[in-house]
Amino acid sequence: MDSLDPVILARIQFAANITFHILFPTISIAMGWVLLYFKTRFNRSGDEAWMDAYGFWVKIFALTFALGVVSGITMSFQFGTNWPGFMQHVGNVAGPLLAYEVLTAFFLEATFLGIMLFGRAKVSNRVHTLATFLVAFGTTMSAFWIIVLNSWMQTPAGVEVIAGKVHVQSWLAVIFNPSMPYRLTHMLLASGLTVAFLVAGVSAYRWLRGDRAAAVAHTLKTGVSLAALLIPLQVLVGDMHGLNTFQHQPAKLAAMEGVWHTERGAPLLLFALPDEATQSNRFEVGIPKLASLIITHDLNGEIRGLNEFPNAHPPVAKVFWSFRVMVGVGMLMLAVSWLAWWQLRRGALAPWLQRGLVAMTFSGWVATVAGWYVTEIGRQPWLVTGILRTADAASSVGSGMILSTLLMYLLLYAVLLASYVSVVFYLARKAAPAANPEGVQP
Amino acid sequence: MNAELWLPVIFAGLMALSMLIYVVLDGYDLGVGVLLPLGNDEERDAMIASIGPFWDANETWLVLGVGLLLVAFPMAHGIILGELYLPVAIMLLGLILRGVAFDFRVKAQAHHQPAWNLAFAAGSLLAALSQGVMLGRYLTGFAPGAGAWGFALLTGLGLTAAYVLLGAGWLIMKSTGHLQQRATRWAQYALAGTALAVLLVSVATPLTSSRIAAKWFVLPDFLLLLPLPLISLALFGLLAASLPRLAARQRAGQDSLCWLPFACTVGIVLLAFWGLAYSVFPEIVIGQLDIWQAASDPEALWVILAGAAVVLPTIIAYTVFAYRVFWGKAGKLSYS
Repeated sequence: MDSLDPVILARIQFAANITFHILFPTISIAMGWVLLYFKTRFNRSGDEAWMDAYGFWVKIFALTFALGVVSGITMSFQFGTNWPGFMQHVGNVAGPLLAYEVLTAFFLEATFLGIMLFGRAKVSNRVHTLATFLVAFGTTMSAFWIIVLNSWMQTPAGVEVIAGKVHVQSWLAVIFNPSMPYRLTHMLLASGLTVAFLVAGVSAYRWLRGDRAAAVAHTLKTGVSLAALLIPLQVLVGDMHGLNTFQHQPAKLAAMEGVWHTERGAPLLLFALPDEATQSNRFEVGIPKLASLIITHDLNGEIRGLNEFPNAHPPVAKVFWSFRVMVGVGMLMLAVSWLAWWQLRRGALAPWLQRGLVAMTFSGWVATVAGWYVTEIGRQPWLVTGILRTADAASSVGSGMILSTLLMYLLLYAVLLASYVSVVFYLARKAAPAANPEGVQP
Repeated sequence: MNAELWLPVIFAGLMALSMLIYVVLDGYDLGVGVLLPLGNDEERDAMIASIGPFWDANETWLVLGVGLLLVAFPMAHGIILGELYLPVAIMLLGLILRGVAFDFRVKAQAHHQPAWNLAFAAGSLLAALSQGVMLGRYLTGFAPGAGAWGFALLTGLGLTAAYVLLGAGWLIMKSTGHLQQRATRWAQYALAGTALAVLLVSVATPLTSSRIAAKWFVLPDFLLLLPLPLISLALFGLLAASLPRLAARQRAGQDSLCWLPFACTVGIVLLAFWGLAYSVFPEIVIGQLDIWQAASDPEALWVILAGAAVVLPTIIAYTVFAYRVFWGKAGKLSYS
């Protein structure tokens, strides 16, 4: 049966795990810095409300971190079980980068996490602040190394290929490969935005339920301001990342924009149903010439179409729609965060906007996962662009084995995700002041 | 000396070191997890508090061990983890369950707590059992047949017993009062189980593998190796003799040697590990691959070694620091 092809199953299983995994680092990377910010505000001002904010959010951080660790352990096994060809062909690059991630990041964050969470009474305030810093630094280092490797897989550089195996010529060129600076910045900003909306959403939820603690006001303002500050930067960096993709991975860009045949003055498609069979889009709705203008900065600029990459372009509809989901959520973030920032400046948030922020609590996840689908599916059929095809790296583990473990993982992830989201809101309800134990609205 | 010759040896050593540290460190916290259902509500909180600040970092040693296998011996990583696909999946299920249950049990709604406690204990048990089964499968070179699988089940139970012994020893060291006395009793049961398992595995290993038998039972190697089982035996004897005496001292309010059971167990694990490593080296997939055949290119290993030489001592230094911060009896686990 075609649908039980082991390569497809191995990809679905890996995609399921990595999708589940990325949700949690996306929060913990920026949350570490936000906690350091709360701690620093407390150190400077002595305002206990900042420490209350720290105390509340560090619990969510601990939960998030645990989910990230356990889903990350799964990844370290699946690299080998699902993709044995990966290390065989590109191990000279991937091996050291992964080893550096474990050595310089994982131990740092995991070890100082214990002190950060439970050590406040055991160490001086200074050491506790330092532990918070080291955890935040560790999560960011881990993002750095893994994004270096991912970017190298997208836009390999600094190596020569001898008999199907890569050999490093320049580590600087490997690390600072063409897409790395853009992807890293894009991801760190995505993490910042995810946390900004999480903090704003949960704070708005507490506010709506009548929790008027000073810490809630502080974190609501922090979340909204951070979101309003980061979103324009993200739009700018996203645009630069797109230009970089146009230059280095034109097939991915053609799929993102739904350009089947090389054309000048390409429209920006708002809606279309890309059809692989007829190599065209159905029900196109677009703004004339806008795609060319955005990507080439010229109304009549040429965009290379998918026709130039026969048998070597990604599945179009998945990339096309993931891209639109990401950009759509981004635009919504822009509108909501600026409106909220403006309203907060003038006084208080309108209740409907508070509810809007609650609804967008986890919007960062949607945008981040959609964005990763664009870049990862967009790289297909390559695992390492131009060097190694995905199919050539897959394992020979039987499909029955992969299918049964896949079902187990999917079930487990569904339960854990539901538990995580419900516990985040439960903690928010529980944090309400004692005078209002049930959290009932006044 | 030739780098292609000794780089794989160094990496095999680093990998073995990570796995050993993992078995000791995550061993005690998995053992505490397996013991969790035996405690009452208050004791459960105290048991979890004793491992709270450490378990994240403890599990990172597994990531390093498997990571080193992946980056330094990629061919072996593919073969070993392909063969162990099912027990690995079950172990991951166990590690995921217990890792998240640790946080959920105190953060979720109160009526969900029993379910998360169960997840924590069941996850710990699954992880311990499947790691032992993986060890057994590995030692037989993934041989087919009921005998080889029976051996794997035996190592599964044996490793679980050893983890429980480590866990009980940890609790004796980190707790006081009633919990400490109960942990001393748990340790006595776990000691019997561990001793039996070590004995059976020691007898069965040379019987199931003629290669391993050939390595042990030749002169003069046999005489040089003799101290391993002898010291193990002495440590087992010391544990068996000291546990009842410790219990009596605890009742009298004396606690000066509370670290002894844990230290003895670590010693036993160390010796057993050394014995197994000797049995396997220099092979990495028994009967199929040795470390030189499986190793990555020296160019990759050099880059990793340079980093590890600087970073590993740093990691060990701050791990010691973290353990010192939470030195002594475990208090209540609190964010403030």
